[in-house]
Amino acid sequence: MKRHLISAADLTRDDAVLILDTAEEMARVADRPIKKLPTLRGRTVVNLFFEDSTRTRISFEAAAKRLSADVINFSAKGSSVSKGESLKDTALTLEAMGADAVVIRHGASGAPYRLATSGWIDGAVVNAGDGTHEHPTQALLDAFTMRRRLVGADSGLGRDLEGRRITIVGDILHSRVARSNVHLLNTLGAHVTLVAPPTLVPVGVEQWPCEVSYGLDEVLPKSDAVMMLRVQRERMNAAYFPTEREYSRRYGLDGDRMAKMPAHAVVMHPGPMVRGMEITAEVADSDRCTAVEQVANGVSIRMAVLYLLLGGYESAAPAAPSRTEENK
Amino acid sequence: MSKILIRGAKILGGEPQDVLIDGETIAAVRTGIEAGDASVVEAGGQILLPGLVDLHTHLREPGREDSETVLTGTKAAAVGGFTAVHAMANTFPVADTAGVVEQVWRLGKESGYCDVQPIGAVTVGLEGRKLAELGAMHDSAAGVKVFSDDGKCVDDAVIMRRALEYVKAFDGVVAQHAQEPRLTEGAQMNEGVVSAELGLGGWPAVAEESIIARDVLLAAHVGSRVHICHLSTAGSVEIVRWAKSKGWSVTAEVTPHHLLLTDELVRSYNPVYKVNPPLRTEADVMALREALADGTIDCVATDHAPHPHEDKDCEWAAAAMGMVGLETALSVVQQTMVDTGLIDWAGVADRMSFRPAAIGRLDGHGRPVAAGEPANLTLVDPAYRGVVDPAGFASRSRNTPYEGRELPGRVTHTFLRGRATVVDGKLA
Repeated sequence: MKRHLISAADLTRDDAVLILDTAEEMARVADRPIKKLPTLRGRTVVNLFFEDSTRTRISFEAAAKRLSADVINFSAKGSSVSKGESLKDTALTLEAMGADAVVIRHGASGAPYRLATSGWIDGAVVNAGDGTHEHPTQALLDAFTMRRRLVGADSGLGRDLEGRRITIVGDILHSRVARSNVHLLNTLGAHVTLVAPPTLVPVGVEQWPCEVSYGLDEVLPKSDAVMMLRVQRERMNAAYFPTEREYSRRYGLDGDRMAKMPAHAVVMHPGPMVRGMEITAEVADSDRCTAVEQVANGVSIRMAVLYLLLGGYESAAPAAPSRTEENK
Repeated sequence: MSKILIRGAKILGGEPQDVLIDGETIAAVRTGIEAGDASVVEAGGQILLPGLVDLHTHLREPGREDSETVLTGTKAAAVGGFTAVHAMANTFPVADTAGVVEQVWRLGKESGYCDVQPIGAVTVGLEGRKLAELGAMHDSAAGVKVFSDDGKCVDDAVIMRRALEYVKAFDGVVAQHAQEPRLTEGAQMNEGVVSAELGLGGWPAVAEESIIARDVLLAAHVGSRVHICHLSTAGSVEIVRWAKSKGWSVTAEVTPHHLLLTDELVRSYNPVYKVNPPLRTEADVMALREALADGTIDCVATDHAPHPHEDKDCEWAAAAMGMVGLETALSVVQQTMVDTGLIDWAGVADRMSFRPAAIGRLDGHGRPVAAGEPANLTLVDPAYRGVVDPAGFASRSRNTPYEGRELPGRVTHTFLRGRATVVDGKLA
């Protein structure tokens, strides 16, 4: 493992499989009456959240606490600039308090990379979502969920997602989830297809290791997993699409569309869902939708990441920058 | 005034000759001049150029004296071999009145390191709505000839048309910061492969090119001169080339950083590479070099944009846009244009002195190195190799993208009307 987790692109196939396997072990802890390991006792994990994200924060908090780490929640609403204190000064403050790991969520793409490479702090940096760049733990928990569903919890150990066909639908342009998933799924041997209206696909996507389609219906029968991304209603004000209803008709997943998917295929959603927009209640509440499972798996994955970064393994090369999103 | 003999200098890269400065003027240019009572500068085959002229400098005073003042900015200019700089109008208050441009002009006079020619804002407060008193700025002591809302685009087509027409009365020129504002909302870097990966808002080439296309057509329609600031894309080159082929009065500048750096550097998320217009692709860089060589792009302008340390020591999105450039401009031009064989030193004199002075209608600068001309001169040692160390900058700011990079060439002497402002690479 590396010293930081900034981008899913920094993970080798073996790194990623190690995290998934470790997460399986961590998941077993959740089945015990006492859901706690002593591994990180005496270590301090800071959740540094410049954006509101209760779901991601409590997931990291639960993960750190199950590993017996001390957790400090540092919620800095708004940007460092509007707040008056710079990211640098905030980092120096945390450093002075002895943070062993900083889990950072920031609205500016690249903020975790700056934190990890600027020399402001010594601790491990975990990217919990930066701007429209990346959200690597989300991609890891998604991959974990897919491996469990498509390969098997026990039989999946040591294995990747070779040959699986994964479709990601929605606001790719603004999605850090999509960017991290494209990297990680490609690393794990899966074939990724992005589906979105052309306005919500970034210029430059042709260099990504995936395919792009503007039509959902033709892709669904060839998908082992379909990941629906949240589409913010305000996007239509910037003319990314004409109306909510038109988006929903063309790119939303409803029961009829779900029926076109292979029988074993699953529907995924990183949350929060906008029911009636990108996904209907019928699909969201079906057995094929893994949204709630993904939340549970998120804790296991974050335990694995914190465990490996803080305890388990020697550090390797520093992280390099790469791609990803925004909804989480 | 004293006499100075520059002995054995290759004027514009020609055969070594001697240049005798008497007072503020070049008295003689030939071989074998006797020193007499003149102090001697042994050029030893270094290149002698006319003093460099920058059409695009942010001196920040008044208003942001924490990043630069007219005094520190002109010191940086002298170190870089410049004898005249055009001070951009986006100060606080904006240079949109005769009062402000005269203040900047007077501060330049007092500095004594480099002539400062203020640029006037096109519109009041750079807001793009109402023409500033262009005539008053022209008629002031500052004698403004170049007008620009640089930092912002004059995006209203009617305002741009009127400005182009209006300044014809006094042979002025509008220097356009070509950036379609709606296409660049939230823009953080060049839109392309790298921005897609990094998740940074894209600044598409078309946002620059569409404005340039409109403005060259407007200039042709009303028979005015238009100057394009910091041209940065291959497509912009094509449009300017086409406009020039029509015989229209269009001129353009390119910055040193757009001749050398690409958006790949943004992968570091280091805001020292954050600049507007943004660093583009390798293909753009090559097109810009070629265009500067063939004359499509008229001149090099630094877009020297000082910022205090804290405005760059932060996350990318929060950082200010801009780079300092006065002290490294000539070295970057040598590396990208001269050492690559695209232009010779006469070409450098043309692109960094003659043409910018001509575009700005600036008297006393951009003149030949010949007897009777003002002694504005820059002596360059092209064999020098040095690593850029911002700690040694004369500028008050340090936001250079070249820190730690080896660049060729060094200005050893700068003369402003016969007075040495730089001697042996150091401020005199």
